[in-house]
Amino acid sequence: MKILVALKQVPDTETKIKVAADGKSLDPADVKWITSPYDEYALEEAIRIKEGKGAEVVALSVGGDTAKDVLKNALALGADTAVLLKGDGQGDAFAVAQMIAAYAKDKGFDLILCGNKGLGGDNAAMGPMLAELLGVAQANVVVKLELGEGTFKAEREIEAGSEVVEGALPAVITAQKGLNEPRYASLKGIMAAKKKTIEELDASAVTAGAQVSALALPPERPAGRLLDGDASAQAQALLQALKDEAKVF
Amino acid sequence: MILVFCELKDGQIRKPSTEALSEGRRLADASGKKVGALFAGASCAGAAEAAKFGADVILTAEAPTLASYSSDAFATLLADAVKAKGATVLLAAATAVGKDVLPRAAARLGAGYASDVTGLAMVDGKLQAVRPVYAGKAFATTTFSSAVQTATTRPNVFPAAEKAGAGAVEVLAAPAGDFKSVVKEILAKAGGKVDLSEANVIVSGGRGMKDGANFKILEELADAIGGVVGASRAAVDAGWGLPHSMQVGQTGKVVSPTLYIACGISGAIQHIAGMSGSKYIVAINKDPEAPIFKLANYGIVGDLFEVVPELTKAAKAMGIGKN
Repeated sequence: MKILVALKQVPDTETKIKVAADGKSLDPADVKWITSPYDEYALEEAIRIKEGKGAEVVALSVGGDTAKDVLKNALALGADTAVLLKGDGQGDAFAVAQMIAAYAKDKGFDLILCGNKGLGGDNAAMGPMLAELLGVAQANVVVKLELGEGTFKAEREIEAGSEVVEGALPAVITAQKGLNEPRYASLKGIMAAKKKTIEELDASAVTAGAQVSALALPPERPAGRLLDGDASAQAQALLQALKDEAKVF
Repeated sequence: MILVFCELKDGQIRKPSTEALSEGRRLADASGKKVGALFAGASCAGAAEAAKFGADVILTAEAPTLASYSSDAFATLLADAVKAKGATVLLAAATAVGKDVLPRAAARLGAGYASDVTGLAMVDGKLQAVRPVYAGKAFATTTFSSAVQTATTRPNVFPAAEKAGAGAVEVLAAPAGDFKSVVKEILAKAGGKVDLSEANVIVSGGRGMKDGANFKILEELADAIGGVVGASRAAVDAGWGLPHSMQVGQTGKVVSPTLYIACGISGAIQHIAGMSGSKYIVAINKDPEAPIFKLANYGIVGDLFEVVPELTKAAKAMGIGKN
C-alpha cells in the first residue's frame, strides 16, 4: 500500500494576526510556524496503517524552504520519504490541489491523507478538490477509518452526529480531531530523519480560482457592562438585559 | 443564473439552505439574474417551498440511488446543472454536505471556491466574498478569477427572507449509479440537538468547570433557554470525557450564535478565535482580570457554580426559551 500525506505549514494557533503593508496578506513578523494540527492526525493515521499492515508513506508539502521543517518532522515521525513541491502553498486551495494532483497522478497512491482544513485559510477545500482532480473517492472530516481490500469505511462528523461513508480505494481522506492521538517524535526517529533527504521539485504551473484582495481585522467589540449584586441579582439583571436591550429572547 | 444547492430534511428545506437561497435572491436582484434552487434525493417533495425564498426555477433530481449522500454523485449533478443552466454562481450552505460537495463540484468546473463566507456581493458582475480566516481573527475579501464562482454561506449569518419567486419546476436526470463512495449509515448524537455551528444560543464551559460531570449545570441552563452546550479546548483536552465535537475555537468549531455564554472560560486567543463572531457574549468568571471580559457585552464576576443555577432558575421563572 502506498500512502501520500499532504502537510501544510501554518501559523501557530496562538498567533496574533497582523495585516502586512500590502493590506491583503499576513504580516509574517513574530509568526511561529507549525504543521497544521489536522494534518498531524492525517500523518499519524498513515503511520499507524504502515505499522499495522505495512505501507510506504510519502510526506508532501507545497511551500518554500521553511516548509522543510514540516517534512523533517514527518520523517522523524515515520514517513519513509518526503517531497517539497516548491510553490505557493498558502494561496488558493484550488491552485494547491492542482499542484498536488499533478504530482500524485500516475504514482499509484492507494490513499491520500490530509487535514480536513488548513488552519488559517480555513477553506476545508483542498482535500475534496484533490479527490475530484484525481477522479477518486473522498471522505471528509473523518474521525474513524477502516481499510478493507480496495475499500474504505470512514466515519465522518456531520451536524449533531456522524455518518459512515463507504467507498473504493484510491481515496482522499481528510482527518478530524478524534481520529487518533498523534505521537511525539522519538530521539531515534529524529536522528534517522537527519540522514534522509527531502526531494525538491518545482510545483507545476496552475491557475488560481480565487484570491484574497484584502485582509482586515475584525471590528473592535464595544465595551461591555459588569452586572452587580449577588448571584441571584446578577442572574436576574442578565436575563432582563438580554431580553430588553439585546432582545435575544 | 445563480444556482443554489438546497438540502431537505424530513421533507423541509433546511434552515441554512433557506439562508443561502435568500442570499442568492438578493445577489440576483442586485445583478439582474435569475435564481435556481437545486434539490437531489430519493424524493424532492418539499422542494416547492423554495419558491417562497425567491427561487425562479426549482431543479429536482430524484432517484432511489440519491437517497443517501454521495460526494461524486452530488458533485456531478451540481456541475452538470451549472453547465446546463449557464450559471455563473453556485452557492450552498456551509453544512457538512455543502462543504463536502461544493469544493468537489468547483474543481470539476475549474471554479474558484470561497468557504464559509459571511458576506457576499456582486461587483461589476462578479462575485465577491468576505470570509473569516484564522478562525475569525481576520476577514479576507476574496475575488474570483474563474468564470464560474462558488461559495458556501455560514449558517446563522445571512437572514432567511421570504420573497416570492416564480418557482417553475424542472426535472433533472439523476447521475448514473456506481458511485465512488456513498453514505451507508447516519449515527445521530443522543438527543438530536442542533449542531454548535448552527446554534442560536450556546452555553460553553472551560477549565473553570473543574470536571466533565459539572457540565450538567450548563445542560440545564441550555435546556432552559433553548441552547446547546460547547466547551473550550482546555476543557476538552483536560480528559474529562467531553467529545471534541463540543470544542469551540481555532482547532474546534467556529461558531456564530446570537448569544454565547462563556462559563469559567478565561479567553485564550485560541478560544476567542472560534467564538468572537457571536452577536452577544456573556462572560461568567471568578477572575475579573480574565481576558474574556474584554470581549463580553455583559460580564458577571462570580462563581459560576452559584450563578449558572440562578440563571436557570430565573430563566424558568421568566418563561424564557418557551416562546
